[in-house]
Amino acid sequence: MHEITLPISDETIRSLHVGEPVTLTGTMVTGRDAAHKWLIETFIKKTRQPQGDDLKVYDELKRLLNGSVIYHCGPVVSGLDTKDYKFVAAGPTTSIREEPYQADVMKHFNVKGVIGKGGMGPKTLKGCQETPGVYFHAIGGAASFIAQRVTKVLGAYKMEFGVPEAMWVIEVNEFPVVVTMDAHGASQHAVIEEGSKKVLDDLLAKPY
Amino acid sequence: MQPDLTKKILELIRLTSSSLPPNVEKRVRESIEKEEPGSAARGALETIIKNVELSRVNSTPICQDTGTPIFYVHYPEGWSTRKLKEQIRAAMVEATKRNFMRPNAVDAVYDKNSGNNLGGEDFPTIHFDEIDSDQPLVIELMLKGGGCENVGRQYSLPDNSLGAGRDLAGVRKVALDAVQKAQGQGCAPGILGIAIGGDRGSSYAKSKEVLFTEMGTRNADPELAKLEERLIKESNEMGIGPMGFGGKTTVLDTKIAGMHRLPASYFVSVSYMCWAYRRQKMTVRDDEVLYN
Repeated sequence: MHEITLPISDETIRSLHVGEPVTLTGTMVTGRDAAHKWLIETFIKKTRQPQGDDLKVYDELKRLLNGSVIYHCGPVVSGLDTKDYKFVAAGPTTSIREEPYQADVMKHFNVKGVIGKGGMGPKTLKGCQETPGVYFHAIGGAASFIAQRVTKVLGAYKMEFGVPEAMWVIEVNEFPVVVTMDAHGASQHAVIEEGSKKVLDDLLAKPY
Repeated sequence: MQPDLTKKILELIRLTSSSLPPNVEKRVRESIEKEEPGSAARGALETIIKNVELSRVNSTPICQDTGTPIFYVHYPEGWSTRKLKEQIRAAMVEATKRNFMRPNAVDAVYDKNSGNNLGGEDFPTIHFDEIDSDQPLVIELMLKGGGCENVGRQYSLPDNSLGAGRDLAGVRKVALDAVQKAQGQGCAPGILGIAIGGDRGSSYAKSKEVLFTEMGTRNADPELAKLEERLIKESNEMGIGPMGFGGKTTVLDTKIAGMHRLPASYFVSVSYMCWAYRRQKMTVRDDEVLYN
């Protein structure tokens, strides 16, 4: 078991391999569909003009994300009225929807890891090699369990995206994950996909 | 005079979000022993069980994606469905305030989260079905998350790419294809709800409705029962495993419903339900309310 404290060095990232269990401790930021689309359009491809607090948030995200990880998560949060936020349920969401954006976001912000579920595709795998970074798989649906590893909610950006889509800055303690895509080009998801396709082809060839 | 059931429905929502039905939990527990000690697959199942226990004790959502709330209301003749609908919607708002539900209704045109789980006439989804006046009122609720909803598939047979014709042999082929394409994305191990026939709309609706039937029971039609069992077995041969980590447990159960179709159409709809198979039922007779 690797016990990693955020931010992560390139050396540590390169020491990680597919299949290895890891715990993460430190500060990370949640971000999912709306956040990735916004980051790409406003700051990376610049097809959209920054508005409102966009530039201020960008500066803070550059600092927070540098060497840290993005967590694909849309939490259930208590204390919304008082801003005394607490994560009630916070498992991972399906990552593949960020496939068009993820590699560019990793490279732009020097994001060393992405936590989610279900794995990602070839573009992100290439991004993991180039950044370098890894994909950490959390247990889908284990929301109450993971919420207990979130020790503090430091703040939230882009609340206008809604509670699930906002970017929450959180402190975690021993957040359990498994490396399923590494910085050396290996993807557990590609292996399982290929193996299951072979079995499927054999099953399809069988008579009813 | 029809009673105000808002508080009772709130309890149904709390229970559904935080308490996995015992027969689902039992299936997950049995699966642990099938996975290799020390494997990621086994670790995932063990974490799932810890999470299930924690959620039940603390009344916190099993999964942060509290899903599309799907209600089936079986109301005795004479009850007002308009009032029942108002009470369900009021309970949904309160459940969101109490964090049993995540604000999950997003306006698809303007990208705005309503913040209270109400969205137009269609969110939450409520189906009404009238029963005899001497029967108790029954409200069933299922919470189906977006991750598993996204990997559902609908096939129009024949499907040449899979060699699937318009018969049960073809149904088997497309169902297996759906499982392989889902990989771990729908939070495997999953439960398959399959509808054969209907139009595109009624077929998908039926593929979810069939998920309200008791887990582990087989279809009364022996042909469909056989296909259900075969699909469970063959899905688990694909090695996708919990979370897609690889392993022996990919599908926990399969439910099939047959429908009528147009001569021109042959739809097969596959709804994938994640392991967090959240569904509960309340029965109201006079002043008494029973949950499950």
